[in-house]
Amino acid sequence: MMKSPFSPRSQADSRVISVQKEDFDVAALYQALQQNPSSGAVVTFTGLVRDLNLGTAVNALFIEHYPGMTERALSDIVEQAKQRWPINDVAVVHRVGRLEVNQQIVFVGVNSAHRQAAFDACEFIMDYLKTSAPFWKKELSDQGEQWLEQRESDRVASKRWS
Amino acid sequence: MKINVRLFARLREQLGDSVQCECPEGATVAALTDQLASRGDNWAQLKSQEILCAVNQQQVSGEHRLADNDEVAFFPPVTGG
Repeated sequence: MMKSPFSPRSQADSRVISVQKEDFDVAALYQALQQNPSSGAVVTFTGLVRDLNLGTAVNALFIEHYPGMTERALSDIVEQAKQRWPINDVAVVHRVGRLEVNQQIVFVGVNSAHRQAAFDACEFIMDYLKTSAPFWKKELSDQGEQWLEQRESDRVASKRWS
Repeated sequence: MKINVRLFARLREQLGDSVQCECPEGATVAALTDQLASRGDNWAQLKSQEILCAVNQQQVSGEHRLADNDEVAFFPPVTGG
């Protein structure tokens, strides 16, 4: 079942943050981000479950989170992005539970008057989400189950913004 | 004072979802960590440098002072996205 948490907006500069088991509809999320008349750019990112990680053939992922703290951490990240760049609306959707190869994991969408702020803010939100929002991925493969380790490259990506 | 400890990801699998602790007034996160680590076996890993801690859903360091009924979470580095 598709679920779009981005309800029609009556005022400018809305924020959508959703942690959910259900899949999300990128077209619906994009259309909501397109509606802001003061925005000349929409940048979106979608993360998917990949079939190969560090040489291991992956069958599926299980994503755990810390209910409450996760939403709070995502709000903080979006707030930081709003303070750093002149962006308008932001949508962050992250799925939890079991996800099969090729399924959608995460969506970040940002709109702004000009493209650079939207590109930068979108990347910043993803980089910070990866290193500070309490989600944990477990890889399910033919070899069994394995919790993933945080990657050095993700830590480096996050630090470049500070 | 009563402290509610919650565990996530591999810590949850090895140690359980949650545990109730009794701590002396004014105890720090570091003191609670020592207390839990002294249970032995897998509990000792809570003292590892990489394990993170949040009190009432805000990340804190070891010097943070606990209050009665605080929710203290221990978890490995996050891997979402």
